[in-house]
Amino acid sequence: MAGEQTRKPRPKREDAEASKEPTTEARTKEVDGLLDEIDEVLEENAEEFVRSYVQKGGQ
Amino acid sequence: MALPKICGIETEYGIALRDARDFNPILTSSLLINAYAQPAFKRVKWDYEEESPLRDARGFDRAPAEGSIEEDSGLVNVILPNAARYYVDHAHPEYSSPECSNPFDAVVWDKAGEMILEASIEAARTILPEGQDVLIYKNNSDGKGNSYGCHENYLVDRRTPFTSLVRHLTPFFVTRQIFTGAGKVGAENGSESVDYQVSQRADFFEVEVGLETTFKRPIINTRDEPHADPERYRRLHVIVADSNMSEIATFLKLGTTAILLKMIEDNFIFDDFSLQSPVQAMRAVSHDPACRRPLVLADGRKLSAVDLQWEYLRLARKYSQEVASDTPTEAVLERWEQILEGLERDPMTLVNQLDWVAKLEVLNAYRDRDGLGWDSSKLRLVDLQYHDVRRAKSLYWRLVHSGRMDRIVPDHAIEHAVDHPPEDTRAYFRGECLRRFSPRIVAASWDALIFDTGENPLRKVPTLEPTRGTRHHVQALLDSSPDVAALVGNLGA
Repeated sequence: MAGEQTRKPRPKREDAEASKEPTTEARTKEVDGLLDEIDEVLEENAEEFVRSYVQKGGQ
Repeated sequence: MALPKICGIETEYGIALRDARDFNPILTSSLLINAYAQPAFKRVKWDYEEESPLRDARGFDRAPAEGSIEEDSGLVNVILPNAARYYVDHAHPEYSSPECSNPFDAVVWDKAGEMILEASIEAARTILPEGQDVLIYKNNSDGKGNSYGCHENYLVDRRTPFTSLVRHLTPFFVTRQIFTGAGKVGAENGSESVDYQVSQRADFFEVEVGLETTFKRPIINTRDEPHADPERYRRLHVIVADSNMSEIATFLKLGTTAILLKMIEDNFIFDDFSLQSPVQAMRAVSHDPACRRPLVLADGRKLSAVDLQWEYLRLARKYSQEVASDTPTEAVLERWEQILEGLERDPMTLVNQLDWVAKLEVLNAYRDRDGLGWDSSKLRLVDLQYHDVRRAKSLYWRLVHSGRMDRIVPDHAIEHAVDHPPEDTRAYFRGECLRRFSPRIVAASWDALIFDTGENPLRKVPTLEPTRGTRHHVQALLDSSPDVAALVGNLGA
């Protein structure tokens, strides 16, 4: 049956949670480097910038 | 047999002007488009004759109500060399891609649109006073209750009952947000408050079916304006989606919907996944970044958005095996399965593929590093600037350049698409005619070109078949036509 072929065995939720930690931590370090990069391109004065971004409604 | 799913994407971009006291979005949008468009193309008028935005697919025409009609006539409106339409719509610059034959091409010409907007900003800089930069965002909300759209269009068989489309598409649209969402900080439009949600648009849908697009937005839009032979075709006008930066999200958005439409046309779906409360479910799915909340079906079953998408994928696999398949379809099915597996395991595993997940990771990193609450302006700025069309400023492009975001179409294809139409739909004929004969084209639209052969009357060439006018069909004919009089003669028009 075609139906059975679509689903590969799914990991149980607990397994997914357990295996998540180390990768997330490594990724966090990596992302911190990215934030330094993003800080350089972010518009200045976030509060004013965000407040003044007002659109007329569209579709 | 289902029709080929000719498709296209219309994107209304957010617009602002830095350091301007009296910002007028309509004037600025006009200036932006005028600055970009080539003079030879600017003088070709848009032909409005076949437009009927108030005709309803359920079979009636509505009288225009004051304040609710389309208000774009008379404003800047150009056809680009790639056969797209670039114009001012509801105080936003809008790019409507040319007709594409498959979801890969839809991504290519959608991304070409971003490059066109970015180039327009540069062109506008030469006109505006120093320091007054135009800012353009490919998102769908200003965070203050104002939304602007990203609409998809698909060629659909007129014989397919509209009620079938409504029945099968509603639960599909409600649940596909889990991969089409572009992510948003906070809630709007009276929606229950939330820190972060999957979709930019979900808060703005208030009814299940309807004609409107700017208020009381419906999950299924009934505008019946085929831009093609009205006896044979519908153009399904889909208004529920977010604008995507992620190529994978756009590919899946168009690809999965095209497959679903083929299954509906071929009467292949017998399951009924109707939801008890689609409008509430729309928000419930968007407000659940864990992607686990169960939705109640009309028959009482409880399934999550991911579960429902597994059901559609199961049907699509069966359809491709038993009825029809092709290379883009197989690519869609493979990606669809991989995304659903990821969403089921842990949505954060899709950080390199989906907009809403990628954005969430950056936001979480800021929250961790700077101890920011969800009401922080900085987080809202990150949300907005993810969608900046200037590649040097866009956070999406930062992620791409640091190898954190996967892509599926090459740069050279996108660059080519800025100035060239797709070759396998009627867009080719429109684009090529404009390239070769623009001084002799008076007006054009999706379904016609009007030529001035030098003799009265003007000659209208209808293009009512979206699958015709391809390079294969018309290149030889164009090559053997030194001028428009010869072209019109050769066409037998």
